[in-house]
Amino acid sequence: MLDNQSVIIRLKNLSKTYTTKSGDVHALRDINLEIHQGEIFGVIGLSGAGKSTLVRCINYLERPTGGEVMVDGKILGELNNNELNQTRQGIGMIFQQFNLLMQKTTVENICFPLEIAKVPKDQARKRALELLEMVGLADKAKAYPAQLSGGQKQRVAIARALATNPKVLLCDEATSALDPASTRSILALLKDINAKLGITIVIITHEMSVIEEICQRVAIIDKSRIAECGNVREIFARPQSNIAKTLVFPNHGQTNTMTNTNCCRIVFDGHSSYEPVIANMVLEFKQPVNIILADSKNIGGRAFGQIVLQLPSDAAVAAKMQQYLQMKGLTVEVFEADASLEVSANDR
Amino acid sequence: MTAEQMVEILSSETVNTLVLTITSTLFAYIIGLPLGIILILTDKDGIHPNAVTNSVLGFVVNMLRSVPFLILMVWMIPVTREIVGTTIGNKGTMLPLVVAAAPFVARMVESSIKEVDHGIIEAAQSMGAPTGKIITKVMLGEALPSLLVGFSITITTILGYTALAGFAGGGGLGKVAVNYGYYKYQDDIMTLAVILLVILVQIFQETGMRLAKRCDKRQ
Repeated sequence: MLDNQSVIIRLKNLSKTYTTKSGDVHALRDINLEIHQGEIFGVIGLSGAGKSTLVRCINYLERPTGGEVMVDGKILGELNNNELNQTRQGIGMIFQQFNLLMQKTTVENICFPLEIAKVPKDQARKRALELLEMVGLADKAKAYPAQLSGGQKQRVAIARALATNPKVLLCDEATSALDPASTRSILALLKDINAKLGITIVIITHEMSVIEEICQRVAIIDKSRIAECGNVREIFARPQSNIAKTLVFPNHGQTNTMTNTNCCRIVFDGHSSYEPVIANMVLEFKQPVNIILADSKNIGGRAFGQIVLQLPSDAAVAAKMQQYLQMKGLTVEVFEADASLEVSANDR
Repeated sequence: MTAEQMVEILSSETVNTLVLTITSTLFAYIIGLPLGIILILTDKDGIHPNAVTNSVLGFVVNMLRSVPFLILMVWMIPVTREIVGTTIGNKGTMLPLVVAAAPFVARMVESSIKEVDHGIIEAAQSMGAPTGKIITKVMLGEALPSLLVGFSITITTILGYTALAGFAGGGGLGKVAVNYGYYKYQDDIMTLAVILLVILVQIFQETGMRLAKRCDKRQ
């Protein structure tokens, strides 16, 4: 289905290398990515993986040192400064620290991109008030950012980013500075504007829960490269790369239970039967299993459950149990504790 | 000296000090403000990094800032005479004052703008703001409270310079203090000149600080 949609952002062999006194630092290597019009696309990675650099290359806040960035039919590297500024008016961006003008009211903040786009003042003001209404802050028109909560500031930032009717909205860790409740409401707002305006949203985050909540597709960045890219449900159920396994594993695999061996993760994808699978398995094998973690998630509107089990130390029984679970139609994935530890050690 | 004479001298020299201070500050900003902005823009983390411009300008500013004002004024006498025609009075003091104060202003402006969160500048860039808009709306707009604090420090510093200039032919309250107090031991008129200087400094400082506080929306 996605294949029929037009590509709005295309990154081709993108790379970014910083030259520092202590040698070259490769922030991005050979990134190839296509983002389709109207989708919510996630980019996830641990800190230092290069995801922030990646999103900054999409609007050329960072100039890539190799490769090509295409946004809405324009190849950014071929534009002069004026044309680049014009193109940027069609690419909104929001940030972790909101980056509002602190000496200006919310309305003046939202008017700023319109002033840059040379929209007449009264028209800009009208549009700003409409946008404030849309993000649910109609009563805060005269407030200064210092008087707003984090979630409200991000709403103003979203309104500001949407002022010039951009086709793309880039979100750089937009919910990372917010509490869980504000995070949820900001994500709901993003989902809402995606549905209403059809705007393409690119979300950069280090939290898998953010991806699970609103993204349709995701690219996982690890050590400056794309480790895995695809449908979020697919990756949640069957992660291929070590980094993907670490990220979908509850608590990023950082729980101390990870020192345990013989762990496996079972994913129910909402189609599973109501049969008490684990209980039946224990009865059948007459061997106890240890439930380490159980969790359910709503991914792209579908319920997914996951359970982390510690299987008996007898390898033969453990293998049979895995087979049993697979036969019941569940996705079973043996989690290698070592893999996650390796990834976290390489974080930075 | 009669009381009337004293009042007349003090009031006319107070006006002289005010005129000299305010006009010099104005010219110092006309030159120093753009210099400070250029220093910020061309910094290696600025939005138009240019190492050559930045280091040459930085060097000139540092050198001028290093020469004590009174020495600079005396050193500049031939230049001042050539350009202005005189080296005494308000006319003769203005040029060295501006030369001394402009680099000071440049550094003040630079440090004020440096306080602006780089993320806000980045946000403006992401909206496609041209450099001119970033300077006026983001850098100057966001740094305004800090710029006003800098302004009040600058104007009081320049007031101090005008008083120093009294030793080298400059006019104003400094001249009164030097001529009557230092050379003629007339403590009464000197004390009054000092009190007037203190009052002027306090007025400038308080006004600047209050303005800065009032216009700062960060609370």
